[in-house]
Amino acid sequence: MQRYFLTKFLQSILLLFGVLLLVFFMVRLTGDPAALMMSREASPEQLEAFREAMGFNRPLYVQFADFLSGAVVGDFGDSLHFKTPALPLVLERLPATLQLAAVGLLMAMVIGIPLGLIGGFNPGSAIDSIGRTLALLGQSIPNFWLALIMILFFAVRLGWFPSFGRDQWHSVVMPAFVLGLPVMGQLVRLTRSAVLEIRSEDFIRTAYSKGLEPRIIYAKHVLRNVAIPLVSVTGVQFGYMLGGSIYIEAIFAWPGMGQLLEQAIGWRDFQLVMAIAIFTSVIVLILNLLTDLAYAVIDPRIRYGH
Amino acid sequence: MATRDITADSLLDVERSFGDRLVYMGRFLWRDKGGLIGLVMFLTVVFAAIFSPTIAPYDPLEQNLRDSKIPPAWQEEGSWDHPFGTDNLGRDIFSRIIYGARVSLTVGFFGVLIAGGLGLVFGAIAGYMGGRVDESIMSVVNLVLSLPYLLFVVVIAAILGRSLINVILIFGITDSPIFARVTRGEVLRLRQSGFVESAVSAGATWPRIIFDHILPNLIGPLITLATFEMSRMIFYEAGLGFLGLSVPPTVPSWGNMLAAGRKYLTSAPWIATFPGLAIMFTSLGMNLLGDWLRDVLDPRLRRARK
Repeated sequence: MQRYFLTKFLQSILLLFGVLLLVFFMVRLTGDPAALMMSREASPEQLEAFREAMGFNRPLYVQFADFLSGAVVGDFGDSLHFKTPALPLVLERLPATLQLAAVGLLMAMVIGIPLGLIGGFNPGSAIDSIGRTLALLGQSIPNFWLALIMILFFAVRLGWFPSFGRDQWHSVVMPAFVLGLPVMGQLVRLTRSAVLEIRSEDFIRTAYSKGLEPRIIYAKHVLRNVAIPLVSVTGVQFGYMLGGSIYIEAIFAWPGMGQLLEQAIGWRDFQLVMAIAIFTSVIVLILNLLTDLAYAVIDPRIRYGH
Repeated sequence: MATRDITADSLLDVERSFGDRLVYMGRFLWRDKGGLIGLVMFLTVVFAAIFSPTIAPYDPLEQNLRDSKIPPAWQEEGSWDHPFGTDNLGRDIFSRIIYGARVSLTVGFFGVLIAGGLGLVFGAIAGYMGGRVDESIMSVVNLVLSLPYLLFVVVIAAILGRSLINVILIFGITDSPIFARVTRGEVLRLRQSGFVESAVSAGATWPRIIFDHILPNLIGPLITLATFEMSRMIFYEAGLGFLGLSVPPTVPSWGNMLAAGRKYLTSAPWIATFPGLAIMFTSLGMNLLGDWLRDVLDPRLRRARK
């Protein structure tokens, strides 16, 4: 168990290094980061001065070493737009994004998992059809489009929810629902197929044949095993929502990291963009690590190192 | 029973002629209405994309400011001259939707072609060679798969700038790890299977093993994956367009239309509604098709479906 966790931890550190490498080269993809970050009207002299100030004319490995030593202590340089350190600007936006993703995930779980369980235990029933339709729609409806349609109906026409911002208590409902919709579909599918698969396992048949009550079989044998894939997918999906919230935050003017990313791209503030990309990746890596840990706690096969 | 012999095994049976297998496939399709509907929907979009100039009643770029913001035909002020109405510049929305299919399918098709090609090569090398090679390829794959995918796609698109080629390359490269992972898993499984072992002990050369025994068995899972990934790319391309980061704004693409329609959400909601429906239609069709292909081509998943 300890060894398993240590391995996973070291892997995360390696992945983090990979993220830093990737982000560093990403802004240099076009060959000239100065041209990328300056406005198109900038004169050659201004570009040269900018290159000098940012250290872009030093050798790449020096730049990378510099970038790395800064990143390790949480220094991602100054935002070009705000002229202040980038990391605090990102941190300031973190609570809003976490709230949005958490509420969205909660909605997805509360609706998706029961539908999947019922569908898995009664395949072909009416509720199963509803669940499967929802799963299919959740995968197929572009959620940034659904967001517009929902604003049109529930905010503009009916006035039930505010169409943007984060000022009122129910502001979170629409963006969270839209963000959680694809996850909801996935959870229905996954829960359903996990239940179906486990129901046909040998140990379930054994449990029946030794006369256990169906209720106990469901609770002890089926649900515990369904929980294993659910935990891993939920962890991964939470990370997906943090990264995918850019559309939803942009539409609802939700003051989180996604909106900041959209604005930073508009300002060509790639220092800030880099900070957001790294910071979000770090959160996602931590989430993956926690998921692996939870996995080991639930699944005795991993706990005992098989 | 007569239907008994139509199994997935008979479909993939190498001994049968290609025509036989097509007939089986057809019978399978007829029995599963979801797959049939999905195929029809997908072919409709392909048809629209290929024959756009014939189907579309207007030039998708032709502006006519006097006829701007005409509502769709079934609304009071609408007329059948413009079945889906016109946008803020008086361009015919129906024609633009038809032409938009070209952009979406081009991105999806070439994106999957690149992703599948790269993934197949690297996944097969990793699975076949094992050891150090496998480890290094898979560490890159795991790095990309553990990142917040959408965020990186958005940032890279913002850095490289708006063009069709860039969008295709971004999706093709960033999506290849999924294909690599699936290919590697299948190759590992096949290598340990009885028939490859017996081919090796019978003295078959390695190209023969790869082309006769491994590749034909990879086709099923890869085609299924390709369908889902293509649907995802079409979805994400529209998302990028919505943020103004996909093809240039003059190109009639569903994402660009959504982005433009967003500004007129309350005064002319149909401008944003139809491109969203088009994305949903395509995505729904491809997901239905993918579900069906998975059931037919991957016998191991059939048990969970009963």
